[in-house]
Amino acid sequence: MKHFSNRYIFIFSSVMVIAVATLLAMAATMLQPKQLKNLEIEKKKSILESIGVEATAATTENLYDKYITESLVLNSRGENIEGFDAFDIVLKEEEKKPLEEQHLPLFRATAENGEKVTIIPVEGKGLWGPIWGYISVKPDMSTVYGATFDHKGETPGLGAEINTRPFEDMFIGKKLFEDTKFVSVGVVKGGAKDGDPHNVDAISGGTITSKGLEKMLSDCLGKYNDYFVKNRN
Amino acid sequence: MSNQEKEPMFSAKIRKIFTTPLGKENPITVQVLGICSALAVTVKLKPALVMALSVTIVTAVSNFVIAALRDYIPDRIRIIVQLVVIATMVILVDQFLKAYAFDVSKQLSVFVGLIITNCILMGRLEAFAMANKPWPSFVDGLGNGAGYGIILVIVAFLRELLGSGTIYGYPVMQKLGVYSTGYENNGMMILPPMALIVLGLIIWFQRSRNESLIEKK
Repeated sequence: MKHFSNRYIFIFSSVMVIAVATLLAMAATMLQPKQLKNLEIEKKKSILESIGVEATAATTENLYDKYITESLVLNSRGENIEGFDAFDIVLKEEEKKPLEEQHLPLFRATAENGEKVTIIPVEGKGLWGPIWGYISVKPDMSTVYGATFDHKGETPGLGAEINTRPFEDMFIGKKLFEDTKFVSVGVVKGGAKDGDPHNVDAISGGTITSKGLEKMLSDCLGKYNDYFVKNRN
Repeated sequence: MSNQEKEPMFSAKIRKIFTTPLGKENPITVQVLGICSALAVTVKLKPALVMALSVTIVTAVSNFVIAALRDYIPDRIRIIVQLVVIATMVILVDQFLKAYAFDVSKQLSVFVGLIITNCILMGRLEAFAMANKPWPSFVDGLGNGAGYGIILVIVAFLRELLGSGTIYGYPVMQKLGVYSTGYENNGMMILPPMALIVLGLIIWFQRSRNESLIEKK
């Protein structure tokens, strides 16, 4: 091994760091527009999935325009706030504000069977990181029309099962309200009883993710309580 | 598992560099490196394959880069230089996937960090690339990535089949109709301890078959 002077080591490391930083900065800047576009498509795709419309990256834009008829921003009393785009609202930022000041996004869509459904975004914490999803409810504002979930990095095969069809489909037909009281949908370890309108089965080995999902649903959907009550028919 | 498509530049020595990590120098079962990721990503076949592929690419390319620079890297900061190369590679791969293969990148999200910390990478850079020419180092990276991959795939295959009753997401057990006979998926297979046990069985099997691996008393 050759001997290198301190001077050489300093120069070598400086050059290396600058070269690497430039390379990474360039890659990040050049790829960013494409990445943001992917995220937007991903979001639209998830919204569509919650009403049972399967889209590919190529068809998402068209299908989104076709099915999603309206987007609203509400406050916690269920009143419409003008001047904001529901699509651009970041739930994580909203959660930091006091409830009265939060902006609650909501989308309306006409589903495949002609039913007018309301889509609500939800966000919470799983075991390793954020989990989120979209829940669509029927015009009675209680019956779940469809649900889709996703996660940043839950364990594959365990917590990550929340974004699989069999898990998401269990939510279809569940009720958010017991008579007039908001109860949300629970996730039960050991399996929900047949015909239980408020619970679904938890994931074996994914207890913390399941619990996080349950909390996410009751926290996020609970904020829309006033809107649900006012608009049910 | 030998590479059949041989060209003149694949001399016997180069072939050996590729094949030894698959068997008797296997990074997981013999060198016992990269165990943590082998346990973490083997619940299902798909993430295991993606992980195996990513590790292979990153190991091969980092090996190549370090081998090309080996005469200029000051000995005293070589570990830092190796880490910088690995980290840069992983971030670049991640950025490209996010832009051009978004679905794959979602699969990979949690494993990217694991690749940077994978002991196999540092092990190969330090043990091989620092002392060899770029081409053999590249092949060595491929071989070690593949050796790591094989074990991952075997473990993931068994865990997915016995734990979830599927192979690559295809419900085999259901199609075979074994559930009606009272068969149930083994929930233990999904949990990390069974990965360790399966891995232990593979190591046991391999050592019992290969005399050179049996430690002398």
